[in-house]
Amino acid sequence: MIRVVARDLRLAFRAGGGFGLSLAFFLIVVTLVPFGIGPESGRLSAVAPGILWVGALLACLLSLDRVFALDWEDGSLDLLATAPIPLEGVAAAKAAAHWLTTGLPLTLAAAPLGVLLNLPAPGYGWLVLSLAVGTPALSFIGTFGAALTVGVRRGGLLLSLLVLPLYIPTLIFGAEIARRGAEGMEIGPSLPLLAGITLGCVALLPFAAAAALRVTLR
Amino acid sequence: MSLWTYANPAKFMAFTRPVLPVLWGLAAAALGVGLIWGFFFTPDDFRQGSTVKIFYIHVPSAMMAINAWAMMLVASLIWLIRRHHVSALAARAAAPVGVTFTLIALFTGAIWGQPMWGTWWEWDPRLTSFLILFLFYLGYIALWQAVDDPDTAADLTSVLCLVGSVFAILSRYAVNFWNQGLHQGASLSLDAEENVADVFWYPTLVTIAGFVLLFVALVIARTRTEIRARRIHALRLRERLA
Repeated sequence: MIRVVARDLRLAFRAGGGFGLSLAFFLIVVTLVPFGIGPESGRLSAVAPGILWVGALLACLLSLDRVFALDWEDGSLDLLATAPIPLEGVAAAKAAAHWLTTGLPLTLAAAPLGVLLNLPAPGYGWLVLSLAVGTPALSFIGTFGAALTVGVRRGGLLLSLLVLPLYIPTLIFGAEIARRGAEGMEIGPSLPLLAGITLGCVALLPFAAAAALRVTLR
Repeated sequence: MSLWTYANPAKFMAFTRPVLPVLWGLAAAALGVGLIWGFFFTPDDFRQGSTVKIFYIHVPSAMMAINAWAMMLVASLIWLIRRHHVSALAARAAAPVGVTFTLIALFTGAIWGQPMWGTWWEWDPRLTSFLILFLFYLGYIALWQAVDDPDTAADLTSVLCLVGSVFAILSRYAVNFWNQGLHQGASLSLDAEENVADVFWYPTLVTIAGFVLLFVALVIARTRTEIRARRIHALRLRERLA
């Protein structure tokens, strides 16, 4: 499993791996928001936690179709399926690699982008924490969606239609933590609930993803 | 004689052929009686006036929107466990019906909400979860349409239906955290102390029965169409091979 993760990481960091694309996308989304709603700092800081969460979520979505598609095209997915590790393990490794190349950089980039949107000072820690806790769920849910659509021609749009509704609970709790943190309120039960969603996704969705992959590879 | 007999498409077709017209008739009768009773022979609400009468469409369609998803979930499970094709086709047939009921519930709610709450749309937990349910239906239907091989499509959509159900329920309770709403609580619970008055309650029961019958009739009719489409497809393939 670790080798699969390492292989995906190497492929992502090399030229043409598209490692920086989702970060650049995140930056562009955050840059576009002030053009859309106006530059007043009060209004920006009110929407900043939500925009940063939605932006990170969309950036995460953008790189999902790469999770299995390239391996499917060149046949290495068949090799991975016959490899001596269970397909569930492959799915989990793919999701972990996706998080390391997308979720983690997005989490780290969120704080500097928060400056652009005039995020209130107490919000930074909570924003980074909520993204760090929530983005693994996004990667695992997305891997499941990618496994469903891997055999579909032009599956990109379909993938977003399938995955975005599944992202809603994660987004609700994550953005809630960031918003309450930014307004200096009590965080409440959102943080354990978000962690629960993430742990549940990490534990269960590789099985669903592997089931979908087996159907496609049949 | 068990339920599984009808997993055989030929038996299913033979059984549903005479049953379907009866179901259509009963559905039309129950809907006709319930709606006419509700619209013309019940008093106006003393505060809401005649707008309350949209309730006879709104409540049953909202119930059926959720029940249709539950039926798809059961049918998907049967397909995954016992691999009866009729079951997968019934799940496929139910999705567009369910999405229509969801839309009807959203629209009638908006029409009622405009005069009553002063807004067409409010990000209330119930309204929001229905919108989310609508999105889940769209994804499910889109996945069915995107995959060419029928068995692969049935498998993938079944897995999506299982995972989607979990996330739909999660979203339902997550939105409660996110916003407190305008929508009244359940008005038809069997255990609640204060429910809708009997004058409104009886016609509602009749329309609910009508919507259930309509749903069953539509799903059976659509399943029959799907089975016929499969047969034609198989015949075409055989012709090409011969």
